[in-house]
Amino acid sequence: MHNKSIAELAKGLRSGQFSSVELTTAFLDRIKQHSVLNAYITVTEELALEQAKAADARLAIGDAELLTGIPVAQKDIFCTEGVKTSCGSKILDNFIAPYNATVVDKFNNAGAVMLGKLNMDEFAMGSSNETSYYGAVKNPWDTNTVPGGSSGGSAAAVAARLAVCATGTDTGGSIRQPAALCGITGLKPTYGRVSRYGMIAYASSLDQGGPMTRSAEDAAIMLQTMAGFDDKDSTSVDLPVPDYRVGLNNSLEGLKIGLPKEFFGEGLNADVAATIEAAIDEYRKLGAKVTEISMPSLKLAIPAYYVIAPAECSANLSRFDGVRFGYRCENPADLTDLYTRSRGEGFGKEVKRRILMGTYALSTGYYDAYYIKAQKIRRLISEDFKAALSEVDVMMGPVTPSTAFGIGEKIGNPIEMYLSDIYTIAINLAGVPAMSVPAGFVEGKPVGLQIIGNYFAEDRLLNIAHQYQQVTDWHQLIPNDFE
Amino acid sequence: MVSLTADDVKKIAHLARLGIEEKDVASYTNDLSGMLDLMTQMSDLDTDNVEPMAHPMDQVQRLRADVVTEQDKREKFQAIAPQVEAGLYLVPKVIE
Repeated sequence: MHNKSIAELAKGLRSGQFSSVELTTAFLDRIKQHSVLNAYITVTEELALEQAKAADARLAIGDAELLTGIPVAQKDIFCTEGVKTSCGSKILDNFIAPYNATVVDKFNNAGAVMLGKLNMDEFAMGSSNETSYYGAVKNPWDTNTVPGGSSGGSAAAVAARLAVCATGTDTGGSIRQPAALCGITGLKPTYGRVSRYGMIAYASSLDQGGPMTRSAEDAAIMLQTMAGFDDKDSTSVDLPVPDYRVGLNNSLEGLKIGLPKEFFGEGLNADVAATIEAAIDEYRKLGAKVTEISMPSLKLAIPAYYVIAPAECSANLSRFDGVRFGYRCENPADLTDLYTRSRGEGFGKEVKRRILMGTYALSTGYYDAYYIKAQKIRRLISEDFKAALSEVDVMMGPVTPSTAFGIGEKIGNPIEMYLSDIYTIAINLAGVPAMSVPAGFVEGKPVGLQIIGNYFAEDRLLNIAHQYQQVTDWHQLIPNDFE
Repeated sequence: MVSLTADDVKKIAHLARLGIEEKDVASYTNDLSGMLDLMTQMSDLDTDNVEPMAHPMDQVQRLRADVVTEQDKREKFQAIAPQVEAGLYLVPKVIE
């Protein structure tokens, strides 16, 4: 049951092959059996069974949607009313969200079953899931390695079949990088496509929620539920949501693929490069035309990102002050002591590093040199993307320079960790959508192919990924011990 | 090489009302200097005539009718606060 796609499960639920309660119970059992991965922060067993019963009732009267009765899991960055929402941080360890994120409401309305809340890097700041207050998540393909981050719990849970699918969020690669390292499919939509209401903010001009699934078809189904205008999110974009499944089988004959040469330079592992080239050859066989392109300002994406994201983070995280919700230190001497110690004791090291960096970049005398300069570079990067995407339909390249690294290997060196996001960060600065698609293995570890498309062309990306998944089976392989 | 001093880091931490332990000051100083080093690469690019970009779609803030849309959730919100009394959030005494 746990290896079936959403469409197959929906069919099974309708034909009476199994009920949502049975399906949900099977997943809850698997979560217990594989707790060693540490993928979940909270398992909402009671709620899940209640929702499964309600789903079965909806199915019985023929009032069901595709996701009705399907067990999904939410990244613990999405507020869930009445359920602990920690964002991977000690400062929110006692936080029971008083309302639902719009994304969570949408899954509830669709009748999906929530299995629980998934582990993540603290406040989505990290590329390895090691900054979580709740401990590192293990990669199901090799439990000595990281699952990537920040949506590491989501990626590990989907890869190990501890949920049919999961939500993730992506500020600089946090859906695509863990999807790549865990061998699953991940889509970061166009900025503004999915509501950010109730999604705890890290860097507001970059954050975007999206689906993490085993296949592009499942991602299309999930995105259908997640996407759409939301009055409660001031940056939500008011454009109609297309049917994401209708074009999945379109031919790729004549598709123009651009390969940014900056994605294939120094620093890219040779075996990963060969795997990506083999995937691109598959696209040639499917009728695509491949050309090399150049994105000259790409090399400045990392410095620009590490000004903009920390600056926005330092502003966003000022709301955690020990007064209205979350952790408060013991016996504060005065108000400043209350703020300083609650934040000092509540936040972990990586979060503090970024708050400090952001505070510095926004402080008097440095604002122009850092923040404004970074925003100018952001425009140049975005213009590079627009120029490239006026000549080709999509761009392709690796998601990460190497496969999953060891737990503990990079955590002591923040700069090295930042550099592992080199191929994903620019996409968030430009705001375009991008996917990670399983494209093979190097020494038993998954490699992800990145497909980058034009604004609001999620349907095209899903079509391109789906066609590849019709001629390859990388996305169907299951890690040993998790069959 | 841009380098911050331990005093710089303490000053920034104060601006952010962020407690950092004395024993960690040196490592934050080192990490932040490393990050600033990375950022000096930005000066390689001439951006004199470039407009800063704050939003991926250059979208401006949406306006809506000035009507009350939020329901009163005061009790719900206060239920998760560290310390409340008579509908107010409690903090240590501010005015002597």
